[in-house]
Amino acid sequence: MRVVLAEDLFLLRDGLVRLLEAHDFEIAAAVESGPELARALAELEPDVAVVDVRLPPTHTDEGLQCALDARRERPGLPVLVLSQHVEQLYARELLADGSGGVGYLLKDRVFDAEQFVDAVRRVAQGGTAMDPQVIQQLLARRSGDDRPLARLTPRELEVLELMAQGRTNAAIAARLVVTERAIAKHTANIFAKLGLEVSDDDNRRVLAVLAYLDHGR
Amino acid sequence: MTTETKNDSGRTGVRGIGLAALRGLALALVSLPGAVLCFVLSAVSIALIPIGVGIVTTPYVLTGVRAYANWRRVLAAEWGGVRIPPSYRPLPKDANPWGRTFGMLGDPATWRDLRWLPADMTAGFVTALLPPVLLLYPLEGFALAVGLWRVMPDGYWYGFVPVSDQTSALGAGVLALAVLFCAHFFTPRLLDLHFRLTRAVLGSHQGELTERVRVLTETRRDAVDTSAAELRRIERDLHDGAQARLVAMGMDLGTIEALIERDPAKARELLAQTRRSSAEALTELRELVRGIHPPVLAERGLGDAVRALALRLPVSGEVNVELPGRAEAPVESAAYFAVSEVLTNAVKHSGADRIWVDLHHAGGHLRVTVTDNGRGGAVIGAGSGLTGVERRLGTFDGVLAVSSPAGGPTMVTMEIPCALS
Repeated sequence: MRVVLAEDLFLLRDGLVRLLEAHDFEIAAAVESGPELARALAELEPDVAVVDVRLPPTHTDEGLQCALDARRERPGLPVLVLSQHVEQLYARELLADGSGGVGYLLKDRVFDAEQFVDAVRRVAQGGTAMDPQVIQQLLARRSGDDRPLARLTPRELEVLELMAQGRTNAAIAARLVVTERAIAKHTANIFAKLGLEVSDDDNRRVLAVLAYLDHGR
Repeated sequence: MTTETKNDSGRTGVRGIGLAALRGLALALVSLPGAVLCFVLSAVSIALIPIGVGIVTTPYVLTGVRAYANWRRVLAAEWGGVRIPPSYRPLPKDANPWGRTFGMLGDPATWRDLRWLPADMTAGFVTALLPPVLLLYPLEGFALAVGLWRVMPDGYWYGFVPVSDQTSALGAGVLALAVLFCAHFFTPRLLDLHFRLTRAVLGSHQGELTERVRVLTETRRDAVDTSAAELRRIERDLHDGAQARLVAMGMDLGTIEALIERDPAKARELLAQTRRSSAEALTELRELVRGIHPPVLAERGLGDAVRALALRLPVSGEVNVELPGRAEAPVESAAYFAVSEVLTNAVKHSGADRIWVDLHHAGGHLRVTVTDNGRGGAVIGAGSGLTGVERRLGTFDGVLAVSSPAGGPTMVTMEIPCALS
């Protein structure tokens, strides 16, 4: 799988290259600035891009803008955005086009190499990988009052959280150490309680959950 | 100020003219004797200083002059809409007559008062007297035309009309009509002129400057205090938080190094703990950074930063932004933290379930309005967070206004003068 990597800090870039190469990814390009990233995305057509939000020359949200531009050019281009902080605003912008294949993670998540690599793969395959912090913010915001979310059991909330991060039922089952059938039952309950249409498509599932959390009343 | 005076000179209704004439008459009746009395007393008192008597009397006389001038300032504001800020220097309370006398004589405002007195008894008197005269003089003309001319001696002049028979008396009537017509236009303007004259002589820009200096001194002190406290907080947070965790991690790594051969299981356990520590250190640093300068603010500017803020609120918020550019970083930062504080207040105390934030820039001002549908009753002062916000904005000459009737809704408006780039 070919990866374009954009990160301006040498140490982190180097670490990411080594980490990804160790997990059988091919690094098509490892760049350190916005314009370089734009060029690499346009010319190299990678399978997935791993991008830092803040890049030179402006040191603002150059990386995010590049990623959004590239996705406008090539809808569905898988992009995993890394950041020193997570902001719902950015998560929404990434998810806005609804075509999936996006991820938005705190840089710290690379500490857990397995999960990080799993997230990159998931994004490359058109799934999503939302940082647990984003999801927790959303859940905290929505569970404070008498909205349908309040009717979920703690276990169902846990499942919802993992589901919103972009995990499959199998992955959730493995994570919570229960059977996949139990998870399927939980998800069915969650969808029923939230009034969401049942769908087998992982990507649509996350989008539906996020849309609900974001706008549902 | 100019708009107020314009409004007043534009008021040419019959009542307005009558009122202006009446006020002019009152001013004329007061200003001449008042000014003469004050001037003479001051001159005599000051002249008597060399023989000692003046030292005792001058403070009292000058205080009287000040009171008189202040009374006229009030009249100018109430009747003419012309504000003349007084700018006397404060005297020490326990000063002796000597100190008081020379303290007052050393104040430029005193000399402005004394200069104003002759101006008031001449030009001021005339401009005050003309409005009633313009209104009363035509009455005589009409009376002559109606028949008063019969009892007047021959060769009586009304204005430039010699009145001797009915025809010339009617001429006087026509002149009276013309004067009345002029009065219609000039009465309020003349009174206005009187007040402007008073301001020109009596007023000083020094007063505004003094006030400005006071405000600047105060806001600078606040800014210095706030930033010093902020630095202390950051230092403490780093010292107690991230720094301590990194030290602990170093120690743990040392232990792991020693254990890795002897007790691999224990070493692995410690490694997991070390990783948790590093994650916690990062979280703390992230919070700290957010408290100093939020990343979204740096990356996107005020509009999106406030949007991001609204997304984190536990109640639903609506943000409306109309900013064609970005303000300077310190202004953005002050506005951001002010909005953040106001939103926190609203969530904590108002019991609102909806909050609206409106940001726009107009007329060289950044204006932010935060409205909630809570129970109201918010006030500035009394240890409320709003006082801190007011201070924060004060550094940038910004102002804060709160409208929060009991029962709600609460509307907090902030305005900061700034240019967008």
